[in-house]
Amino acid sequence: MTESATAGLSDLDTGPGPLSHQLDTVPLAEGTPDVEQPFAELGLEADEYARIRDILGRRPTTAELAMYSVMWSEHCSYKSSKVHLRQFGDLPPSEHLLVGIGENAGVVDVGDGYAVTFKVESHNHPSYVEPYQGAATGVGGIVRDILTMGARPVAVMDSLRFGRADAPDTARVLPGVVAGVGGYGNCLGLPNIGGELLFDDCYAGNPLVNALCVGVMKHEDVRLAKAEGVGNKVVLFGARTGGDGIGGVSVLASETFDAEGPAKRPSVQVGDPFTEKLLIEACLEIFAQDLVTGIQDLGGAGLSCATSELASAGTGGMHVDLDRVPLRDSTLTPAEILMSESQERMCAIVEPDKVDAFLAVCRKWDVLATVIGEVTAGDRLTVDWHGERIVDVPPRTVAHEGPVYERPMRRPADLDALHADDAAALPRPATAEELTAHWLAVVASPDGADKTWVTEQYDRYVRGNTVLAQPDDAGVVRIDEESSRGIALALDGNARFARLDPYAGAQLNLAEAYRNVAVSGARPLAVTNCLNFGSPEEPEVMWQFAEAVRGLADACRTLGLPVTGGNVSLYNQTGDVAINPTPVIGVLGVHDDVRTRVPTGWRAAGETVLLLGETRPEFGGSAWASVVHGHLGGRPPAVDLEAERSLGEVLGALGRERLVTSAHDLADGGLAQALAESALRYGTGATLQLGDDPFTALFSESGARAVVTTTDPEAVRTTAEWAGVPVTELGTTGGDTLAVEGIAALPLDELRAAWTATLPALFGTPEATVGSVPAGTVPTS
Amino acid sequence: MRIGVITFPGSLDDVDAARAVRLAGAEPVALWHADHDLRDVDAVVLPGGFSYGDYLRAGAIAARAPLMQDVVDRARKGMPVLGICNGFQVLCEAGLLPGALTRNSHLHFRNRDQQLRIERADTAWTSSYGEGQTIVVPVKNGEGRYVAAPAELERLEGEGRVAVRYVGGNPNGSLRDIAGVTSEDGRVVGLMPHPEHAVEDLTGPSTDGLGFFTSVLKAVVSA
Repeated sequence: MTESATAGLSDLDTGPGPLSHQLDTVPLAEGTPDVEQPFAELGLEADEYARIRDILGRRPTTAELAMYSVMWSEHCSYKSSKVHLRQFGDLPPSEHLLVGIGENAGVVDVGDGYAVTFKVESHNHPSYVEPYQGAATGVGGIVRDILTMGARPVAVMDSLRFGRADAPDTARVLPGVVAGVGGYGNCLGLPNIGGELLFDDCYAGNPLVNALCVGVMKHEDVRLAKAEGVGNKVVLFGARTGGDGIGGVSVLASETFDAEGPAKRPSVQVGDPFTEKLLIEACLEIFAQDLVTGIQDLGGAGLSCATSELASAGTGGMHVDLDRVPLRDSTLTPAEILMSESQERMCAIVEPDKVDAFLAVCRKWDVLATVIGEVTAGDRLTVDWHGERIVDVPPRTVAHEGPVYERPMRRPADLDALHADDAAALPRPATAEELTAHWLAVVASPDGADKTWVTEQYDRYVRGNTVLAQPDDAGVVRIDEESSRGIALALDGNARFARLDPYAGAQLNLAEAYRNVAVSGARPLAVTNCLNFGSPEEPEVMWQFAEAVRGLADACRTLGLPVTGGNVSLYNQTGDVAINPTPVIGVLGVHDDVRTRVPTGWRAAGETVLLLGETRPEFGGSAWASVVHGHLGGRPPAVDLEAERSLGEVLGALGRERLVTSAHDLADGGLAQALAESALRYGTGATLQLGDDPFTALFSESGARAVVTTTDPEAVRTTAEWAGVPVTELGTTGGDTLAVEGIAALPLDELRAAWTATLPALFGTPEATVGSVPAGTVPTS
Repeated sequence: MRIGVITFPGSLDDVDAARAVRLAGAEPVALWHADHDLRDVDAVVLPGGFSYGDYLRAGAIAARAPLMQDVVDRARKGMPVLGICNGFQVLCEAGLLPGALTRNSHLHFRNRDQQLRIERADTAWTSSYGEGQTIVVPVKNGEGRYVAAPAELERLEGEGRVAVRYVGGNPNGSLRDIAGVTSEDGRVVGLMPHPEHAVEDLTGPSTDGLGFFTSVLKAVVSA
């Protein structure tokens, strides 16, 4: 691409050529069929452009072309992924699902009349171009999706992946992304309750920034995005529309980065969390007064998306006077206004006699609100600019009937060689000293290390309902102070497993998130996902994507969990190098009484440490193979969903009956990582016996396992064995070492030093500049 | 006993402050920044958050809200006022407390469980504690570094106006580890840490923060 999308558009509306200084209206388009249009610069294929001409029976106007180009982008239309994603919609209906896939976010019944809506979304490309704003507006966008459903947003999580931790570009991207996630979420007053931080070469140039938001409402408060009722008003409210984020979904999110291309920074939106906070409070008051019949947020594709989706999901007719849209920049062209992704905006459908009350609430919260149009009879979306018609389209063709591709797929040519390169053949530690060294290396690796450097930048306390947050396995939030009802959430996405086998990898990721929710004592209820892959135009990437979707759908069917929604991020590749397939899976669980939640750390001495589940020699894609040998090969651990379900039931029962004092899931880094984290959480060690093969015990990443501590091992054993879950006694808590008989006694101080030093060493240690400041020694600034 | 909690545009911890008031045994009363109406409250809490998005300076715009004129008038006559985090910033901007809060010295927002020493156990908001008592409550801020001119600091120390001090590490570079200060009459207290986030075992690192809210019950009764 040699020209930016906006330049292509401006040429038509204001630049040189046959239409210079002339508004491109529908009558003009009818009379000038042969004008060349910059569809390619806008990211449209020639056949897609031809189809638009077919639909309209003429060439599109500049404004129409802008709308189609953003709405038919990969990001908005899911044109490459749709044929696969249908499997989620085909899952058997769940009694807990109140609103399914297709709305802004699915809604789940969590009991006592409460409904929860949650979703994870990517903001990968913007975060690479402009880390702070990219990440910040990623949080802002997902929060608006949740708000749009009628819910009060109550927490956020973030799942982050960067290139090698010591790569120079990681030092540019990571601090900005973390500050952006924190800056926006903190200012909104939403606790950040957990997530992931992982590093791999494959994300250099394509960092992944996936943000999750969860919201809570009563069943009767669910809102939908549709425009119904002829004569109802279309109200745009929130921030003014500016020139930021134009073409964000098309030229940025739906194309591969290219070293020679123009700077894409203008395609990144700029966030204002203060305005979003006001928008949240205004919306919740508007909902409480029952002032809207439909509502939609403006995110990717801005007004093009909001108007066409509202109209398409409703009766079809809508008219908008685009010149009424309040602008930050009065020089914007109509097409730019339609494409702008300026943040903190919402669009509501309001009955005429409620408009005054609606505007009054907005005034109270200092939120700008403007009636820009109304619902009309018929099935056309029309847009005028100072009285002249510039858009006249059937909205379904814009929003819901975009192109659908059955992209060619091919199993990656290197997969057999990868499978043959079995991690089981790697040299194993020969001595107790080596074993200890490998243990420390895994725990101190950037993926295994303490994440406080990041999470200290996030507010986890605001709203006063955070029961568990990072470093616990799941985030747990109380949703009712009277009944102590609560929810648990986890996000997981092991891309090494998915690289070796995307079908199994997606299932293993689901299993891990399911387990993380279960160890907190919650009952898993529903699934969301963010599918991060390379270019769909590469058959091998498309195969990975299809396999991951099939694996996730099959696993959800087995576990009886609905997929409530999700997000697909493609084109995560630079040149012809794609990221490892990274399906990030979120699981929502419910706590009937959040006071029975189970934390991950050991607190007291003298408790019995038990391992639940079966350990097999499985090292393919393991943290040990990666950290110690820089190796990725073999097969990922076997998937056993029945074992996951049984383990989950046992953990839930143990939590409710208060039979365990802690529980920690086993995943990346296996038992080695889980033991270290459990001991370091509150500084309580343990003396353990790991049997004849301590290497396998420590580093295998077999699924369906958890470590628990208890004062009543017999009761735990009875409960577990009743459900068919094997129990192995590992030892007893206490002391200030993590001691494995016959192998090592790791002093917790030494372990903690290794575990906590990694991220500050890489990304700077604020502590050094602060310390404790003695009285009178620091001059005032 | 009615304790008001003011909501400014961008206030975030107002629900938390109201909960803490309730758990302490008083009635929380929601106050709106734009009203000239203190609704017959006996004391006021200015909660944490990012009022007006921290635009201009943290707390600067909120300090000029209509309701703040009433708060300042009543505070000068002895009504107890507690400012937490952004509320502390507002009190400094409104001239009720000395000093200012600037960007953390390390330039990061930081959220951690923080040890504090109660330096003054005879203010309206700290009488439930013992002097020198150490408590643990969350601290979370990006602009929490307490500063004042050297002479002002000397005066504050001399007058015993430092109410709360950071111990076991200074989270933001505050001068002399100052976490909170009090007015001369001990009725107005501002601090950066968040006692309202440490009022329940289930959600806080401790319940040490509750003492701020129980203290004021005694202060109002004795006033």
